[in-house]
Amino acid sequence: MAAISLRAIHKTYGSGPRAVKVIHGVDAEIADGEFVVIVGPSGCGKSTLLRMVAGLEEITGGEIAIGGRVVNRLEPSERDIAMVFQNYALYPHMSVFDNMAYGLKIAKVPAEQIKARVDKAARILELTALLERKPRQLSGGQRQRVAMGRAIVRQPAVFLFDEPLSNLDAKLRAQTRLEIQKLHRELGITSLFVTHDQVEAMTLAQRMMVMNAGRMEQFGTPEEVYQRPQTVFVAGFIGSPPMNLLRGQADGRRFVSGGQTLALPQPAPRAGELILGLRPEHAEWGVDSAEAWRLQVDVVETLGAERLVYCRLGEALFTVRIDGTLPAPMPGEQVPLGVRADRLHWFDAGSGQRVA
Amino acid sequence: MIENRPFANFLSHLTLVIGVIAIGFPLYLTFIASTHTAEAIVQNVPMPLLPGDNFLESYRLAIFGGQTRTGGTLPAAGSMLLVSLITALVISIGKIAISLLSAFAVVYFRFPLRGLVFWMIFITLMLPVEVRILPTYKVVSDLGLLNTYAGLTIPLIASATATFLFRQFFLTVPDELVEAARIDGAGPMRFFKDVLLPLSATSIAALFVIQFIYGWNQYLWPLLMTTSEDMYPVVMGIRRMLQTSDAATEWNAVMATAMLAMIPPALVVILMQRWFVKGLVDSEK
Repeated sequence: MAAISLRAIHKTYGSGPRAVKVIHGVDAEIADGEFVVIVGPSGCGKSTLLRMVAGLEEITGGEIAIGGRVVNRLEPSERDIAMVFQNYALYPHMSVFDNMAYGLKIAKVPAEQIKARVDKAARILELTALLERKPRQLSGGQRQRVAMGRAIVRQPAVFLFDEPLSNLDAKLRAQTRLEIQKLHRELGITSLFVTHDQVEAMTLAQRMMVMNAGRMEQFGTPEEVYQRPQTVFVAGFIGSPPMNLLRGQADGRRFVSGGQTLALPQPAPRAGELILGLRPEHAEWGVDSAEAWRLQVDVVETLGAERLVYCRLGEALFTVRIDGTLPAPMPGEQVPLGVRADRLHWFDAGSGQRVA
Repeated sequence: MIENRPFANFLSHLTLVIGVIAIGFPLYLTFIASTHTAEAIVQNVPMPLLPGDNFLESYRLAIFGGQTRTGGTLPAAGSMLLVSLITALVISIGKIAISLLSAFAVVYFRFPLRGLVFWMIFITLMLPVEVRILPTYKVVSDLGLLNTYAGLTIPLIASATATFLFRQFFLTVPDELVEAARIDGAGPMRFFKDVLLPLSATSIAALFVIQFIYGWNQYLWPLLMTTSEDMYPVVMGIRRMLQTSDAATEWNAVMATAMLAMIPPALVVILMQRWFVKGLVDSEK
């Protein structure tokens, strides 16, 4: 078991004028035994970051330490890590047992110990009956478990997961998510988990790292990231449906956006151009007052437990999530919306950083 | 698909039957001739179409050589078959080993001028033995390799076709497999032996069949290369048996040798057919 330190990590592909910079300095300390999820849209550099920790990509700049030992120049096999790949990368010609045992065989672990370790991992993952099968005789979920088994038998200091659930169907994904959580609780091994799926990120992470365009936008617990997004990007990326973001001019208790003047329950943190954020689930539907915002209903989606109401606020689109027991509003209807000061997020319009 | 067109059916079957006869009849004739005596073949016009009673004698004469009834001497095909077998095996195994390794290098290692190296290998596809036969002969003879197995096989071993085939196959092996092996601590040769080789098994089998037949059928190169009778491969031997100036051609022995020369490649094809087809058709990944 080990802590991971990422210090000013940079990654550039190519060199000279055609160099492409994909990671622009990531700093993070991951505690021993912590489960950290790296989440971001595709192309944000999250997989590259993970592969640098694994040793599959060279580190252009900065330092990675695992358990206090700088690993920049070490081979993947010497870093005391195990990795689960998106497409599992099982050796097609080997049985499940051999797939799990291969790394140990190379490390010259005695045969009876290999058997004990593989059997134990197989028991944890319920693979005992499948040990003699070849990967092609397994279902997607079973292959996924073999890939995890291969990681477990190595007894590594760090687990690395590269979108391991994205090839599974929705039901299996939810189930495997729980299994991974349980496994982490039992083994307590430091884990880095890369995903583009925010549900996976929110449910699995003890802390999550939100990345965008090669930069770390925020690193915090799922609650922090949801309650206090540090940048406009995080605000728009985490949460489904995403936070409503209105760009406009703030002036005391007035906010002018898209030709509309909105009343604010409290003065804006400062005057000038700002971005105001309000989550769909935090707007108070139908609460009328002199300060209420007026929405015009456009489309209603009924999901059972809740309804998503897509509205117009002047020229801007605005989504509200309401309880499924409330009557469905009619398209074209005018609805007042109550706004609480503690639910509003403010971001700088230029830098995108949180203001308050 | 259900089709019911009797005439088309008949026509396609007729074509197939003609094809089978065109290939099968000469083989049958060869076999029949090998079961008669030389006189029976020459004196009966047209030659008999039913097996004769000289089967054992013809094959004994072909395999072990010796005096014929008309007074000539025949070389033993047995030793020529052995030469052919060794040559074909060395060529096919050597080709596969060398092309596997060179394809491995070209696909998995980054070294200076890698692209150039690959294209140079690829360009040799345009230079079969026949094109470069004189310079090759000069090199082999200067090295003192005339009339040796090394001389018979080494110039035929380097193979762009096989290298190219393995390269294409290696390119389809997912990168994650390489990475998984790296994390498991497998070095390059270990990865080659434990992962790439087993995955290429069917391609290797297919290539073996093709290259074995290629090696077995070599004619021009051994013709230039060998001057001593004990290094003649059987394909050349058959040709030599027809050139008897002082005696009548022993057609029965020639035909028996031809039959014997056909057996090993046929066996290779029949025994490895399942693998051969698999190697050409599916790629198990």
